[in-house]
Amino acid sequence: MEYFIQQLLNGLTLGSIYGLVAIGYTMVYGIIGMINFAHGDIFMLGGFAALIVFLILTSFFAGIPVALALLVMLVVAMLVTSLWNWTIERVAYRPLRGSFRLAPLITAIGMSIVLSNFIQVTQGPRNKPVPPLVNDVFHFGSITVSLKQILIVIVTSVLLAAFWYIVNKTPLGRAQRATEQDRKMAALLGVDVDRTISITFVMGAALAAVAGTMYLMYYGVASFNDGFIPGVKAFTAAVLGGIGSLPGAVLGGLLIGLIESLWSAYFSIAYKDVATFAILAFVLIFKPTGILGRPEVEKV
Amino acid sequence: MSNANSPATDVAPGLMAKALREGLFAGVLAFGMFLLYVGVETYQNIDNALVWRMRWGLLAVFVAIAAVGRFLVVAFLRPSLDRRKLNKAKAGLLDVSEDKGFFHKHFLKIAMIVLVLYPPVIVSLYGVQGSLKFVDNFGIQILIYVMLAWGLNVVVGLAGLLDLGYVAFYAVGAYSYALLSDHFGLSFWVLLPMAGILAAFWGIILGFPVLRLRGDYLAIVTLAFGEIIRLVLMNWAEVTGGTAGISGVAKASIFGIWSFDVGASNNFAKAFALPMSSAYYKIFLFYVILALCLITAYVTIRLRRMPIGRAWEALREDEIACRSLGINTVTTKLTAFAIGAMFGGFAGSFFAARQGFVSPESFVFLESAVILAIVVLGGMGSLTGIAVAAVVMIGGTELLREMEFLKHVFGPDFTPELYRMLLFGLAMVVVMLFKPRGFVGSREPTAFLKERKSVSGSFTKEGHG
Amino acid sequence: MTSAIETMTPDTILKVEHLSMRFGGLMAINDLSLEVRRGEITALIGPNGAGKTTVFNCITGFYKPTMGMITMRQKGGKEFLLERLSDFEITKHAKVARTFQNIRLFSGLTVLENLLVAQHNKLMKASGYTVMGLIGLGSYKREAAAAIELARHWLEKADLIDRADDPAGDLPYGAQRRLEIARAMCTGPELLCLDEPAAGLNPRESLALNTLLNSIRDETGTSILLIEHDMSVVMEISDHVVVLEYGQKISDGTPDHVKNDPKVIAAYLGVEDDEVEEVIAEELDGGTP
Repeated sequence: MEYFIQQLLNGLTLGSIYGLVAIGYTMVYGIIGMINFAHGDIFMLGGFAALIVFLILTSFFAGIPVALALLVMLVVAMLVTSLWNWTIERVAYRPLRGSFRLAPLITAIGMSIVLSNFIQVTQGPRNKPVPPLVNDVFHFGSITVSLKQILIVIVTSVLLAAFWYIVNKTPLGRAQRATEQDRKMAALLGVDVDRTISITFVMGAALAAVAGTMYLMYYGVASFNDGFIPGVKAFTAAVLGGIGSLPGAVLGGLLIGLIESLWSAYFSIAYKDVATFAILAFVLIFKPTGILGRPEVEKV
Repeated sequence: MSNANSPATDVAPGLMAKALREGLFAGVLAFGMFLLYVGVETYQNIDNALVWRMRWGLLAVFVAIAAVGRFLVVAFLRPSLDRRKLNKAKAGLLDVSEDKGFFHKHFLKIAMIVLVLYPPVIVSLYGVQGSLKFVDNFGIQILIYVMLAWGLNVVVGLAGLLDLGYVAFYAVGAYSYALLSDHFGLSFWVLLPMAGILAAFWGIILGFPVLRLRGDYLAIVTLAFGEIIRLVLMNWAEVTGGTAGISGVAKASIFGIWSFDVGASNNFAKAFALPMSSAYYKIFLFYVILALCLITAYVTIRLRRMPIGRAWEALREDEIACRSLGINTVTTKLTAFAIGAMFGGFAGSFFAARQGFVSPESFVFLESAVILAIVVLGGMGSLTGIAVAAVVMIGGTELLREMEFLKHVFGPDFTPELYRMLLFGLAMVVVMLFKPRGFVGSREPTAFLKERKSVSGSFTKEGHG
Repeated sequence: MTSAIETMTPDTILKVEHLSMRFGGLMAINDLSLEVRRGEITALIGPNGAGKTTVFNCITGFYKPTMGMITMRQKGGKEFLLERLSDFEITKHAKVARTFQNIRLFSGLTVLENLLVAQHNKLMKASGYTVMGLIGLGSYKREAAAAIELARHWLEKADLIDRADDPAGDLPYGAQRRLEIARAMCTGPELLCLDEPAAGLNPRESLALNTLLNSIRDETGTSILLIEHDMSVVMEISDHVVVLEYGQKISDGTPDHVKNDPKVIAAYLGVEDDEVEEVIAEELDGGTP
């Protein structure tokens, strides 16, 4: 039982990270109907930004409080990835908006290849280990909860709440939802569609940067290759939850995290990704629009 | 984009100021983007601890390129492009010029002759041993991708079903050949069709559950299936050899008459009293893959003119209309999956025979992405466009391996190979930005009453499934 | 309200009995019965939202009705229960073809190719399900030539022969409507269902459409069921009119009968219910409508 709870906690932590990345996928998909394949690499960029900031901070201010260091890492990573995603949207996606559906998909895949190889070229192909930032561990009976895990879950929850507020209660969120429903109509009604889409990319990137920082803190290592697998899993999470649906992305993320950790714990670690993908295929076959996705009505 | 098309041909006043402003902005943006990743180098010191140092010079180069590049684009490139477009419009020239040159008209014949003569010409230029690199890296490598892309074209380009896991069928073909030749000692010529049939069978198995899915859901599930197959190949070590893969895969022979195994009595080089070289095998393989490509092209062209091919294209255009015309969309989709997978299977078994080694490393998602990119860059549905895209993209990146002279420019540490995928990705983005419908955007009709007019890409759809 | 048809006479091609279709809480069609006679043009009319397209979608298998029976009787006497067939089987086996309210052409294929796709099943068989055709055996070549001839026939009928090699998406609106009808005819239907064929047409195009529909009926004997808003088209060409409102049939008969039915007038003019009753009462009293 304790073992189960332990795995549940691990899954929850991992799932929070996936959920944060999944939101970026789902938002962009919702607003411009495009799979932003490069989003996983934005997540990776976020992790690298956090890593570099961490190195700089610790070499200048050796005794810096962990909380402050983390905060600086988060803020800088969010800023830098936002810049990147904003630029990418401007340069690579916007000119293709409204064109052939596959063209933005291919540019996004191209962008993903560019980003991961850019980091490989500039930062080297090897894994970058960082000393553990947060070491504290709490014991509840035989269950171990690390401060890292608590931090990850708390940061995720806070961000989700903030995010939910933005999308549902602010004019910006209203503009986003309007653009999502009908871009032309929104533009006619005075919504600055370009700006709204840009902000969506920026928000997605900021959340991915947080996820990247958390990922770095959790695993203590960054690599140029880190974008792909977590990216695909986060995308899987978004689709599993019902792409376009924000609660769906979080739910999907948590589910994927749980499936992964429970499967590794009880069955085989080697096949954990097979289990994830198989469950995705299985869910979609029976519910083709994901768990919380709106059913697609076939208009005849 | 829209705010620069001033109708006047002379330089608009304020353009320079605007260009300067935008250049400056680009520079600042680049500084923010590159400061951490380019400006800071992280490396492990002797104690294996991660440390950092600044690379101000490199950062300055990046920022300068961004700023100057943006300035030049806004100040000169864009006005001149606009002017050219305007002049064209004034002259009343259509985008498509009707009279095609000699090269255009006889493109296929010329291409065929060049391909058939390629190995002998290379051998006569570089000698038998020297031809190896050209025949193998450029010839065979490119043709494998041509074949794969033509196979995927059936699924994506014709039927409009977005498949992100095509590499799975390539893997099925490769492992079928490797395992069956290993365990049963069957020859390449027996296993080639078998691998195709097995892959087609897998195409149907994987196709069945995803039939109801549309668009991006289909894309993600096919991606998932591709990954599942790779992960199983990687982890089912008893059968597949796990990450290490299977080595010592049997070579193909010239229909069992001559062999390319060094020790064999009917060795090709021995039989013709030629000096021993692995180049003969590669030249032979070049013709094999060329033949396979031609078969793929022939079958695709024939299928397009048959009811099934037309049904695929109709499916891409409008699935509901297809059903209203009595077309069984389930079997139509499945045949597209199966035929596409079959070509992937052929290519896979050829790949295994060529490498003599298969491992899951060769069948990662990136491969699927590259193949899909070639299909889209070439222009969906167009065999010629796809072949051109394969030559440009694969040939271009292979060429980079050969750029040894760059070492003299950038210093001996410079490894051009590192930049291979970076440039590949950039090329994908750039080509899409300038040609969103690929190199060949139009489609050739499959039947005509009076004259064959190609259909502009703006009418064709890209499918929903 | 007319009672459901009890028996199916030989000249009945389609019989809809007690058809109901529910979407969630909405009853789009409620216990509808109607009959289409062979060789006639039957019009299905009614105000917006009356459920006309839903009836079509039930007949052609795009929706599965909640309740009811739809029987199609072919010339040879063979009967099909359409609610049990899937959409493509209805066209393939029962020989019911349809068009759509929002034109659904294969816009990237040429006009001719559109008509060839419609002959898919016939050509599939002739090509030995692709296998024989691929190796150049069998009757495929001959059948393919015949298919082009059939397409040519319908292109001439629909006055599209000059545009045969142009992409379907390039045609003007009226021509697209005619092409969709020609395409449906290429499937060789016994019953042709047209969903608002005259919508968006100018008077001249509308006239051309009438000619096309009349010639389809008279020359091929194909029965036509159409949904239409344009009363001039309805009154001019239909032999029989069925009026729907709120998913129920409110009138059924010849164009003249329907035109003078007070319930229909009320439905179209949006009169209050009690006024309708007044009108009916007046009529019963012998007053002129």
